[in-house]
Amino acid sequence: MSARRLFALARKEMIQIRRDPRSLIVVLLMPVMLMALMGYGIGLDQTDIPLCVYDREGSQLSQDLLKRFVSNRYFSLKLNAEDYRALADAIESGRCTVGIVIPLYFSKLLNAGQPASVQAVIDATDNNTANLIIGYTQAVVARFSADVQIDYQQRRGPALGAPVLNVEARTWFNEELESRNFIVPGVVALVMAVIGTFLTSLTIAREWERGTMEQLISTPVAPLEVIAGKLIPYYVIGMVDAGSCAAISAWWFEVPFRGSLLLLFGASSLFLIGVLLLGFMISALAKTQLAASQFALLTTFLPAFLLSGFAFPIDQMPAAVRMVTRVFPARYYVTTLKSIFLKGTGAAALAVPLAAMLIFAAIVGGAAVRAFRKTLD
Amino acid sequence: MNSTPLDRDGAGAGEVSVAVQDLVKRFGAFTAVDHVTFSTRKGEVFGFLGPNGSGKSTTIRILCGLLRPTSGRAVVAGFDVASDPESVRRRIGYMSQKFSLYNDLTVLENLRFYGGLYGVTGARLSQRINWALRMAGLHGREDSRTATLSGGWKQRLALGCAVLHRPPIVFLDEPTSGVDPLSRRQFWELIQQMAEEGVTVFVSTHYMDEAEYCNRLALLMRGRLIALGAPSELKLGAVQGDLMLLETDSLQRAIEAVRKLPQVRDAAVFGNALHLVVAGAADANQPIRAALAAARAHVLRLEVIRPSLEDAFVALTASAAAAEPIR
Amino acid sequence: MPYGRARRPMPDSEHAIIVSALVKDFPGVRAVDGLTFSVARGEIFGLVGPDGAGKTTTMRVLAGVMSPDSGSALIGGCDVVRDPEAVKRRISYMPQRFGLYEDLTVRENIRFYADLFGVRRRERDLRAARLLAACGMSQFQDRLAGKLSGGMKQKLGLVCALIHTPQVLLLDEPTNGVDPVSRREFWAMLYDLVGQGVTIVNSTAYLDEAERCHRVALMHRGRLLFCDQPGRLKQRLPGDVIAVVSPAASQLRDSLGRLPGVGSVLLIGDAVHLFVDDASRRIPEISRALESMRLPFDEVVQITPTIEDLFVNAVSERERAA
Repeated sequence: MSARRLFALARKEMIQIRRDPRSLIVVLLMPVMLMALMGYGIGLDQTDIPLCVYDREGSQLSQDLLKRFVSNRYFSLKLNAEDYRALADAIESGRCTVGIVIPLYFSKLLNAGQPASVQAVIDATDNNTANLIIGYTQAVVARFSADVQIDYQQRRGPALGAPVLNVEARTWFNEELESRNFIVPGVVALVMAVIGTFLTSLTIAREWERGTMEQLISTPVAPLEVIAGKLIPYYVIGMVDAGSCAAISAWWFEVPFRGSLLLLFGASSLFLIGVLLLGFMISALAKTQLAASQFALLTTFLPAFLLSGFAFPIDQMPAAVRMVTRVFPARYYVTTLKSIFLKGTGAAALAVPLAAMLIFAAIVGGAAVRAFRKTLD
Repeated sequence: MNSTPLDRDGAGAGEVSVAVQDLVKRFGAFTAVDHVTFSTRKGEVFGFLGPNGSGKSTTIRILCGLLRPTSGRAVVAGFDVASDPESVRRRIGYMSQKFSLYNDLTVLENLRFYGGLYGVTGARLSQRINWALRMAGLHGREDSRTATLSGGWKQRLALGCAVLHRPPIVFLDEPTSGVDPLSRRQFWELIQQMAEEGVTVFVSTHYMDEAEYCNRLALLMRGRLIALGAPSELKLGAVQGDLMLLETDSLQRAIEAVRKLPQVRDAAVFGNALHLVVAGAADANQPIRAALAAARAHVLRLEVIRPSLEDAFVALTASAAAAEPIR
Repeated sequence: MPYGRARRPMPDSEHAIIVSALVKDFPGVRAVDGLTFSVARGEIFGLVGPDGAGKTTTMRVLAGVMSPDSGSALIGGCDVVRDPEAVKRRISYMPQRFGLYEDLTVRENIRFYADLFGVRRRERDLRAARLLAACGMSQFQDRLAGKLSGGMKQKLGLVCALIHTPQVLLLDEPTNGVDPVSRREFWAMLYDLVGQGVTIVNSTAYLDEAERCHRVALMHRGRLLFCDQPGRLKQRLPGDVIAVVSPAASQLRDSLGRLPGVGSVLLIGDAVHLFVDDASRRIPEISRALESMRLPFDEVVQITPTIEDLFVNAVSERERAA
């Protein structure tokens, strides 16, 4: 390993990135674009969901609950139904997306310390929206339930109160119910996946296509020098991009950052090295830019987007798909990111995903060294 | 050059097939073709010779009706390229060095495809396809994939496709680069036959060995026509003085010695020998031998040789470059 | 050029390259078929033949970037199969396709290759300045390689290949697509190098270029047809070649072909080339015949046969035999 040759390769690569508008766009603009897209565009939150209510009891307590729905920015009251039929019509016709039905004896049950339930009728044609609405409804009801409990305890002394509905543990770390808090840290993984695999896969395939690789492999350069020299610039870029994404998350989108910055960089390095090596391996095997980019898309970007739990929760996937997610490092990285951002988890608790990323990098690294040979055969 | 080849009557006898008068093409501030004038007659193999960027391709694109001239006139097969490019395009054939054949189609499918493009149909098409197959020596291989053909066959098939509609004028862009010499000679035989039947053949190239096959050559440099004439005329006219071949046992000592002589204008290593440009061979012979003897270099051979086309090309471009500073 | 450092003792001090019984197969085709030749130190050796003759494959094997199926090749005493990395330290290879980075400037390309070969900075700057001056490119140091003309690209390739001191320089069709003026400069640089003891292997599809080499190997379909000095190769052609220059060359061809002692007839531009048994006897006969037929001609002269003539002759004889 010659430091001189390593530096020469890294320097050359850096110049080429600087002169290639396509690479520059990916390096400079893509992180910001993805951040904006995910933070605003695909911001899964909805507001002013058309709401219909049918209060069968008409008590003070039932009206209090409904007021919570009405005063909330997520819902907008469209209809106060006289009977169940009117509510059903409103949902069927599409005028309303959600209907809340408060049963008879609602306040009586609560006042007696008994559990009561509220029915939510949801237009589930759009599965994602329906899931969101369930979440919002549960949150509103849960908060109301908590208030009722406190009230009950104040009046009746510290006896165990009854919950109105099951309170979803899912919203514990996302009190404001901002789906953005889930999404935005995951974008860091997406950005790194693209920089790591996509760009590196292009850079080596490009050398094969343009014929510069033939001359390069006729020099005394060592395979390890080529790998490292090619990857160092992209490592630096990837880390800078990861840092800026984290900064945008924390300051612009005000996603809470509760963990250790050092751990974030450590985990990001592990993930980045793994995907960089994957990119190198792909291009060493593919030899054309088109094939390399398609393969990179398939093995990194799509898993990072679909199978990492970044936007689509892994625990809602079918068992077979859940198994598949374990192969891709993106899953572990997204888990790690969310834990560091939202929970402030330490390194010890993240040992499993960190080890998984390390193993991935080691395996792919070995394969990359084997895939790149200094020969045209 | 005592008389520039341009002074000579351009086309000689015969019917004019292409006439170019004061042709200029500018791309912004860059002049790609700079007042070019020449004409060709029917049945001529006319070579366009020049390095990349000399204006060869631009001129040919204008003549094919693909680019409009900035000023000047070009008449091809009787039609003005600026006012009637469609009529021009119907009367020309074009074959590029990359042989625009579809490798995944068979020989016959390629021919049918080009027949369709040129609007050759029915009995005429089958007659022309027959002709093309015979010409290319591809009878019996009609159903072979084009990809499986050797370079020489592909080249003749490409020619067949380009002239399926019997154009009176054919443009060939570096038609024989990289093809083996045997196929190349066969190819030029075909070209000569077509010329004898009255077709005007334009060849654009920067390879001297292709240029040798042309009846007349136009030498282009930086958009200008710097020489026009038959290959043998250019060879004789270009080098001022004589070209001598010197074989010696010590090239290094010899070249140093002869370069000091006032009679020797230029000396260059050429394989195992030296090429010397001298004002007159008769006057230079003795001083050269004397200088070599003084330098202890044995003369194995010293004689006047004919300049090659490359010698002519180098001399002509050098004198043209000297006459006009680099833009 | 300082030459000391790269010069190492070689087992065979006469020969820089020894190739024996080299074979390389690709699916469906034997690209190199039992090639044997050797190149003396300080020689310009030409691998000459049309596309598909196996030149590029041979060059790649010599450069250590492709391994042969059988046979061996030694460069500077190192085996290209067993120790390709040792070979790579001793050579410079210029592939057929421009192998430099088009998005790097002339200076950046030079620096990159200098670093790869571990050339010290001062030595690099000295050499680069001298090499660039020799090929008239000193004022283009900051130009992107992609913006250079074809001839300048090839010269830059040579500069990069020579930024370290190779024992052997391998050039695969270096003057392909280069105009004649640049080609002359390119060759002047090669002759200069040979003067300093570098061995050069140069492949070309242009048979006229073979004349510039000290020794050539004529290749056809992976095999060696001849291997000799260009001058001696031409003597192998049976008979002589005569050129009849005429303003109506194409009309002369058939009449000339019927004359006694005339073999094949070739129309080349404004001349007809005749392959005859004996030039001194046939030239006066041909002149008289043309005069009596009242056919116009400028001159009838004996010309030196070209390597192409020899090649065509040899290949047609082989095909006739087969």
